[in-house]
Amino acid sequence: MLAVDGVSKRFGGLMAVDSATLSLEPGGIIGLIGPNGAGKTTLFSMISGFIAPTDGRIRFEGTDITAEEPHRRAERGIGRTFQIVQPFAGLTVCENIAVGAYLRHAKRADAIAKAREVARRVGLGPELDRPAGGLTVAGRKRLELARALATEPKLLLLDEVLAGLNPSEIRDIIPVIRGIRDEGVTILMIEHVMQAVMNLCERVYVLAQGRMIAEGPPAAVCADARVIEAYLGHGAAARLKAEGAAHG
Amino acid sequence: MTARDLIPIAVLTILAALLPLVVTSSTVLNFLVFTLIVSLGAQGWNILGGFGGQFSFGHAAFFGTGAYVTAILQLRYGVNAWAGLALATAAGALVGWVIGFLSFRSGLRGSYFALVTLAFAEVFRILANAASFTGGAAGLLIKLDVRPANLQFDDRAVFYWLVLAFVAATLLLTRWIQRSRFGAQLVAVRENEDAAKALGVDSLKVKLRAIALSGGVTALSGCLYAQYFLYIDANIAYGSWISVELLLAPIIGGVGTVFGPVVGALTLHGLGEVAKQFAGRIPGIDLIVFGGVLVLAVAFARGGILGLLERLRDRGRGMVARGTKEVSHAGR
Repeated sequence: MLAVDGVSKRFGGLMAVDSATLSLEPGGIIGLIGPNGAGKTTLFSMISGFIAPTDGRIRFEGTDITAEEPHRRAERGIGRTFQIVQPFAGLTVCENIAVGAYLRHAKRADAIAKAREVARRVGLGPELDRPAGGLTVAGRKRLELARALATEPKLLLLDEVLAGLNPSEIRDIIPVIRGIRDEGVTILMIEHVMQAVMNLCERVYVLAQGRMIAEGPPAAVCADARVIEAYLGHGAAARLKAEGAAHG
Repeated sequence: MTARDLIPIAVLTILAALLPLVVTSSTVLNFLVFTLIVSLGAQGWNILGGFGGQFSFGHAAFFGTGAYVTAILQLRYGVNAWAGLALATAAGALVGWVIGFLSFRSGLRGSYFALVTLAFAEVFRILANAASFTGGAAGLLIKLDVRPANLQFDDRAVFYWLVLAFVAATLLLTRWIQRSRFGAQLVAVRENEDAAKALGVDSLKVKLRAIALSGGVTALSGCLYAQYFLYIDANIAYGSWISVELLLAPIIGGVGTVFGPVVGALTLHGLGEVAKQFAGRIPGIDLIVFGGVLVLAVAFARGGILGLLERLRDRGRGMVARGTKEVSHAGR
């Protein structure tokens, strides 16, 4: 469904993403993890069209979309949330979500109905008429999710929707994400909350210093020496192993 | 749009239409016609600035285009005034689209966009002042020929009703924008352009549509101005005074609201007239009043007069709600 092929992004002297390759089949939740500054959000921005890659191609459902504008990609069915939440602060929750719903529903009544339905699904039902600027962090994260969902995407890119939430809020939102997957939406999520990644993702890609260093089921990836070194530094994998042996 | 959306517009239009039956003083009618023309142009500014968040400092570019196009068409090409009105409106929309295309495509926002619009208006002013085609510094005099077919009426009230009809039509247009997909997308672009794009909003197209509509409405007001006073020159039609008037009215009245520009224009010019009555010997006293009102609005009423009223109403409701709570507590 999505094929990212050797995509690179250079910011001046910094290679933010270096020839990253990734491919998604329809269905399922795929994780994209990696240490801070690995280039995860940059990769997301290239997939959703906000940053043009320096090199490489991106295909969605067989069509080359590398040069397409973000709104065209949204029309094709790529939805995204922002790591730094971007609510339309002056509008109500309902109006916020309706902007997304208008993509597939031209009539106001239909768009509002869709917005209400999506809001209930992500647990924003009681907040519908509140100004979006007055929501809590958890509420804003839900709003990001709801707006993207209202565009009825086939592929949903979630950029750290769990960051900044407390454990009980995370527990509340995980079933929502699963529910979205069960309806046939493919999800690619950047996440730092490892417990959630283990819980949700069928497959995980690991990006470190712009390079894709590992890919596979979460448990296997977490045991991968390259991944441990990327997070904890050079030699960490060997040290951990030695310590494990000593304790064992 | 529902009946609730339309009733306030209908009621206010009917009340305003009855005015000339009560007030026959030509000074008052003059004042009303001029104020309505300003509020019409201000409504044009409001579509782009209020709903789209693109603050133009040069709406004179559209106002002047409307005025000049109708005047030149009538004088040089013998075009009928009504046709001139339609063509002037279309010309304003076109100029809007071109200015928008040039500035939005290159990503100009905020103060940069404001400066570019100001530059366009000034360039137009200087060109109109210099070219003989536009009458140069002497300006253009539309020939006095009082016939309804020429959009000239011997009764001021008729012109008043005509302008009022256009104001009512743009109020409806604005209400439609507010309730439509286009409006929702326009407001989304104002609030956060990147988030809007991610939701499938073609922000360039939306902004171009808004500036074309805005330019058309403001050009219509410029055309009506020319038709009412039958004289324009570059400093009237393309002068920065009108750019300032057109953005002041919505800011005072309530930016991004349907009635804001009308309320703002009436307040400003009403106060200006009162000031002139009391201190007419001081030149520019009305402008001093404008400045004072702007300072007050910015300091105490960020949402303009309508925003202030809404806040007061909410506070009133809050007090009523608290009151009933206390009563019900007492009852228990």
